Amino acid sequence: MKVMPGYAQQGVAENDSALLSVTDKKRLLREMLYARRFEERCYEAYVERKIGGFLHLYSGEEACAHGVLEAARPGYDYVMTSYRDHIHAIKCGSDPRKVMAELFAKEGGTCKGRGGSMHIFDVEHRFMGGYALVGGPFPLAAGIAKGIKMKGGDEISICFLGDAANNQGTFHESLNMAKVWDLPVLYVCENNLYGIGTRIDRSTAVQDQYKRAAAYDIPATQVDGQDVEVVYAAAKQAIEHVRSGNGPYFLELMTYRYRGHSMSDSNAYRSKDEERSWLKRDPIHILRNRLIDSQDLTLSEFKDMDKAIIEEIENEVIAYAEQSPEPAVEDLEKYVLAENDPYVHGGAS
Amino acid sequence: MKNDACLYWQALNRALDAELAADDDVIVLGEDVGLYGGSYRVTEGLYARYGEWRVRDTPISESSFTGLGVGAALVGLRPVVEIMTINFALLALDAIINMAAKIPFMSGGQFPMPLVVRMPGGVARQLAAQHSQRLEQTLMNVPGLRIAVPATPQDAWWQLRQAIRSDEPIVVLEHELLYFSKGPLDEAAEAPPMHRAEVCRAGADLTIVTYSRMRELSLRAAAQLAEQGISAEVIDLRSLRPIDWETCLASLRKTHRLLVVEEDSRFAGAGAEVVATLAERAFFTLDQPPRRVAGEELPIAYNARLEAASIPSAPSIVAAAREICGQQPPEEKS
Ligand SMILES: Cc1ncc(C[n+]2csc(CCOP(=O)(O)OP(=O)(O)O)c2C)c(N)n1
Ligand SMILES: [Mg+2]
Repeated sequence: MKVMPGYAQQGVAENDSALLSVTDKKRLLREMLYARRFEERCYEAYVERKIGGFLHLYSGEEACAHGVLEAARPGYDYVMTSYRDHIHAIKCGSDPRKVMAELFAKEGGTCKGRGGSMHIFDVEHRFMGGYALVGGPFPLAAGIAKGIKMKGGDEISICFLGDAANNQGTFHESLNMAKVWDLPVLYVCENNLYGIGTRIDRSTAVQDQYKRAAAYDIPATQVDGQDVEVVYAAAKQAIEHVRSGNGPYFLELMTYRYRGHSMSDSNAYRSKDEERSWLKRDPIHILRNRLIDSQDLTLSEFKDMDKAIIEEIENEVIAYAEQSPEPAVEDLEKYVLAENDPYVHGGAS
Repeated sequence: MKNDACLYWQALNRALDAELAADDDVIVLGEDVGLYGGSYRVTEGLYARYGEWRVRDTPISESSFTGLGVGAALVGLRPVVEIMTINFALLALDAIINMAAKIPFMSGGQFPMPLVVRMPGGVARQLAAQHSQRLEQTLMNVPGLRIAVPATPQDAWWQLRQAIRSDEPIVVLEHELLYFSKGPLDEAAEAPPMHRAEVCRAGADLTIVTYSRMRELSLRAAAQLAEQGISAEVIDLRSLRPIDWETCLASLRKTHRLLVVEEDSRFAGAGAEVVATLAERAFFTLDQPPRRVAGEELPIAYNARLEAASIPSAPSIVAAAREICGQQPPEEKS
């Protein structure tokens, strides 16, 4: 099975305008490192039983969300994804403290402790939700795109999902509608080669996911998802395509999750060799080493950055989540239905 | 293997193993049921023993692999489809409701439907709204389906084997918090009919009708009630379609009071059906209006406190039982 780069580039050409400045790269490095430390701290908090339920971590896949959303307009474009959603929300602008508080099931969380890890929502930053049902977001993202198009805005709808999700009927049904109605939606497949314990070649007839978009005549690209600059460049062109009214686009990012599928998964179905080969292509190390090679960063600067991040997460994010109160049981019935809707309660016509 | 204590998941695993061994037409289909061994270990070891043609990992395509199970049943296979959790069964309802439950009837009896669909459900631990559903009310409203709700390893063993051998489409609702519960299993014991309710504690003052995980909570409540001088009879329905009314009626003739305990939300639920039918059939036997202790009319929150407040607990069952028996709830113990 193909696991290393040498990926197909289909439908887009190299473009110099898609390059990041050194300042941007350093910021992205910090953001990705922050994401890693955030997720790894979630792991610890889960072991400490501060976080419950299902917890899916994004470690190893940071370049995907960061590269794509760096090329988009986070907080302006609409974004949704699966249950592996903390980092996408943060990159869209969600306050990491509120995301952590949500994982701690607190009132100060993005969803007031009701949603939890798999269901971050943040309307202010147009993060349109993390969803637990595999394949659920495909049609919703198309619906958002339909809304954008009808209202005449220049936002786009971005839907991240896993490789295994593409075997749901919603994938095919949504891509078809998106194309036939030329909707401004970018589908991003984070292909980490597994759906829980089932490797892609055991579940999926066409393993290069970008090829599947061809069935709907949607342009598509497959790139290395471990190199944030490569992701950024591909996303930039994909997003230009979508934003300028040319209809949907499909981007496939080849990546790998370093942790188990969720906290209850031991990864027993993957070989250590395979894991090691992907650890060698850590997205954070790739960018760090490149910045060191070009003498834009020193190793000690990187280490200081890491230390500062760890402290910030502890002192601000975890502290906030710890201190935030739990939801009150008296509020149990809140948010099930809208309060005071004049149409259902009478008084408005 | 007499009276061997085992876990609920192990009983299901043994039942599958026994049926796969007994009949080459039995197959297992579902996400991660093969190599991975099932997310609750129910299919552990079966892939190695029976090979991937009989224990098949499917893509994440609930609608179609359940439909594929229906098709395989049409030509005589006996598929056991595992839906990883009941929440995902919403994507397979077309295959279950429009196909499996109707083909025998629409075809004028030409096609039996030896299909089993297993699904773990219920409120577990902080899995949030999209992973905490109890959809028995949705499935109960489907003529042509049977629904087994085993609550013990013994019932899991009996009912899954019966479901596999039956020519009817049968949903087996398993509870996520029961998989690691322990109980005796006598593999050789003769099974009661699949839909037969079980009186799992005898009593004289009121009848608690319940099923699935609420059996355990109702029994706990009954033990507490006994200390307070109230003798509760507890009936585990074991099957939600059909329901064994005779066992319930016989109990009511003795106790004259009815309390239904269900984890699913109250509105139009299993409890509503039980109360309505028993009120129709035993109105003059009842001394008190029947009552339900049920899940609240809410999606389940991630927060653990809100989650716990959304479903019945042993204390809430005790309180309702005392009220029916004309006693005030006991003083709060600190
Ligand atoms: C409809 C539905 N079916 C099954 C599941 C169980 N499940 C959760 S995640 C998952 C694997 C998804 O894999 P992929 O789409 O590749 O995303 P990844 O987790 O690798 O990011 C499965 C089967 C689910 N949540 N929803
Ligand atoms: Mg995957």
